[in-house]
Amino acid sequence: MTTSPILSVRALEKRYGTFIGCTDVSFDLWPGEVLAIVGESGSGKTTLLNCISGRLDRSSGQVLYRMRDGRFPDLDDLSEAERRFLMRTDWGFVHQNPADGLRMRVSAGANVGERLMAVGERHYGEIRHTATEWLSRVEIAAERIDDQPVAFSGGMRQRLQIARNLVTRPRLIFMDEPTGGLDVSVQARVLDLLRSLVSELDLAVIIVTHDLAVARLLSQRMIVMKSGRVVESGLTDRVLDDPRHPYTQLLVASIPES
Amino acid sequence: MYVAVKGGEAAIEQAHRLLADRRRGDRAVPALSLEQIAGQLSLAVDRVMAEGSLYDPDLAAMAVRQSRGDLIEAIFLLRAYRTTLPRFGYSRPIDTSRMQIERRVSATYKDIPGGQLLGPTFDYTHRLIDPAMATDEEVAAPQRQPRRERESCPRVMDILNDEGLIEPDGQSDSEPADLTRDPTDYPAARDLRLQALARGDEGFLLSLGYSTQRGYGRTHPFVGEIRVGLVEVEVEMPELGFAISIGRIRITECQMVSQFKNTDGEGPRFTRGYGLVFGQSERKAMAMSLVDRALRADEFGEQRMAPAQDEEFVLEHCDNVQATGFVEHLKLPHYVDFQAELDLLRLLRREDAERAESQEAAE
Amino acid sequence: MTLPSYNFAYLDEQTKRMIRRAILKAIAIPGYQVPFASREMPMPYGWGTGGVQVTAAILGPDDVLKVIDQGADDTTNAVSIRSFFAKTAGVATTTRMPDATIVQTRHRIPETPLKAGQIIVYQVPIPEPLRFLEPRETETRLMHGLEEYGLVHVKLYEDIAQHGHIATTYAYPVKVEDRYVMDPSPIPKFDNPKMHNSPALQLFGAGREKRIYALPPFTKVVSLDFEDHPFSVQRFDAPCALCNARGVYLDEVVTDDRGGRMFVCSDTDHCETRRAEGHSPEPAAHDVTETV
Repeated sequence: MTTSPILSVRALEKRYGTFIGCTDVSFDLWPGEVLAIVGESGSGKTTLLNCISGRLDRSSGQVLYRMRDGRFPDLDDLSEAERRFLMRTDWGFVHQNPADGLRMRVSAGANVGERLMAVGERHYGEIRHTATEWLSRVEIAAERIDDQPVAFSGGMRQRLQIARNLVTRPRLIFMDEPTGGLDVSVQARVLDLLRSLVSELDLAVIIVTHDLAVARLLSQRMIVMKSGRVVESGLTDRVLDDPRHPYTQLLVASIPES
Repeated sequence: MYVAVKGGEAAIEQAHRLLADRRRGDRAVPALSLEQIAGQLSLAVDRVMAEGSLYDPDLAAMAVRQSRGDLIEAIFLLRAYRTTLPRFGYSRPIDTSRMQIERRVSATYKDIPGGQLLGPTFDYTHRLIDPAMATDEEVAAPQRQPRRERESCPRVMDILNDEGLIEPDGQSDSEPADLTRDPTDYPAARDLRLQALARGDEGFLLSLGYSTQRGYGRTHPFVGEIRVGLVEVEVEMPELGFAISIGRIRITECQMVSQFKNTDGEGPRFTRGYGLVFGQSERKAMAMSLVDRALRADEFGEQRMAPAQDEEFVLEHCDNVQATGFVEHLKLPHYVDFQAELDLLRLLRREDAERAESQEAAE
Repeated sequence: MTLPSYNFAYLDEQTKRMIRRAILKAIAIPGYQVPFASREMPMPYGWGTGGVQVTAAILGPDDVLKVIDQGADDTTNAVSIRSFFAKTAGVATTTRMPDATIVQTRHRIPETPLKAGQIIVYQVPIPEPLRFLEPRETETRLMHGLEEYGLVHVKLYEDIAQHGHIATTYAYPVKVEDRYVMDPSPIPKFDNPKMHNSPALQLFGAGREKRIYALPPFTKVVSLDFEDHPFSVQRFDAPCALCNARGVYLDEVVTDDRGGRMFVCSDTDHCETRRAEGHSPEPAAHDVTETV
């Protein structure tokens, strides 16, 4: 167990005028840990994710990140160049809709290879070799390497998006409803893949989901949000088996017994 | 109420009288003759014919004069006239390979059989205002070449096609669509799109074509060939059993050699964009060919992301008579709707003030 | 009624100063696109208004100007621009490379190497090398600022994946002094190596897009590629059918409508000079043109 967190969120708040997107959110995330943020739509969980990942400006509070060199700066204190470099190397972002995270008219191989080229890889053969490897890890046949994602099914697109994110060996992945747009039959396969990759690669993950079954399967710890505030947090099994806040009890009661 | 209407009638009558006065201008200056307009502002006349979609230089010249030089207004006049005309037949497709060429340029080959012919073009003129335009100086007669009989001027596209380097021209025996006769349905076929573009606003198409060059739906264009000249219009005569020529029209044709594709199993080859306009207007013909090619995105599996690739957007907005009508309709009376808005707004403001008052009282 | 009159080299002196400031900034940051307040010119946008403005701003009465388009001095647009400066500035013009102090060009770099003291002015239609990967200017400027050029290689990767090799043949992107990715204007990639370490000053003007950029003498210019798919230039099988030159860029001329073709120097000055020196086609090459 590492003793220092990879990410620290302190008193984070996002306001839209007088409307509160999220407020008073604080937590730590440790390397290799999967944290689920759950809540109904409109609870502020996606706003929170976007504020942490720098896709949205926050109104107040701190987001500290452990750099590979050990520094622990607030992301707002990094330059735009440093932030962008983090985003394409050390971090990943898996969107609910794969089209938001892929270049739909660029081959699968180039989708996976883009990050490598962005960090200076200049050997076509090696890029292609690495891309092939990653396609097989996400169970996409090697002969599809030159096909464009537009020709892929929803499940394949999502698996491709995952490969594209993981190719630079990031340490932290953000996921926004990664299985939300998929048919139920396809969800299980993607979830299974995510679970094994996360543990193999020892990834820290923040995953936003409205689906408690997804949180149960992937996360060790969870945060429950309602109206922009954290109403309960703790170990996933504890929260789901013994919910304390009435809202959490309501959420848990509303899903069929597994 | 009737008083108001009558006042309006009188106002309109007076306004039109004033318009006629302004149109005529200083009575001490001779009035423009139609010959002057058709002969000396011939490109304005051409544009009016093209977008008015009626080939009649005399009528178009009248429309230009009547509209005080407002060409969209003139186009409107011609369209409004055109729509009243009965149809007594359909011509055969014109054959541009048999054109009597006045101008012909290709950007893809330095020299081509039949040669490049600059013709009457603004290209390579320096846009320096010529003092001679303030007077009526003698203009030298142009050098004329005798028409070389039967000289072959093959279309550049045919040269490419003979080698299989470009997709063949579309062939169809079905009757072409006519948007002046049938409501438009989406997705539209290429024949209907080309008709809409041929009638479309030069400025709108120019900007759309330009946008494709700047990356919004890039098509990788090369001007295969632009040719301007006279073509015969022929009509089949069932009684006679053959076609006879009913006259000649001046047209501009642009064939754009575009991004090569390998979509139909025939190997990679260039694709086509096509532009055809009444009269002499390369700008319009070229823009049209760029937009035509961009609109064929689906055919070639290209992602439709740019405005020029959006069929509905282009076709619904390219007609300047429609556009000017709807934009300008905003100056028509909207008293009733506006009144309703006013009432609502006043109500909202009153409630707002009352809330503020009661809050103050409570404190 | 007052009739208009025009300054030396058409542009007023204030405008020339503005353009010269942009040029100086461009020289100071090789490969960086400097925005400038491009003027309306008496020729259409896309016909060299950027190059013409740059030339007008640097032209002095003692300069000798050469203008080429597609490598040739006699192409219509080159003739037009040359006569424009002959008329508005009264400068001497030439077709001979050694005599020129300023060469304005569209789409070619002359075969005769540029020498110290010469300035070559490129006419540029789209100065942004990332434009066709990302149409928005706000985004491309940020990419340049942060040196985010991964996308350029995605394009090259796709070329190789689809066509087996890099399919960009002109306007082939280069990296300048290991910093800025630059569009060399639509010259064939054949000419790219001529930009590297050239003793001449190279200026690029884009009028419609309002950008000027530059390569000072002896600047490092590297064409982008992959280690295992290195940059290479076009090669022609046969020499020029007129002057027998090899290792030069050739134009294809259609001689009839039955498939007849011949290949001749695109650089007319180079070709004429060689012919004047006594070079003539090899018999074998001549046969190729006589296939009809």
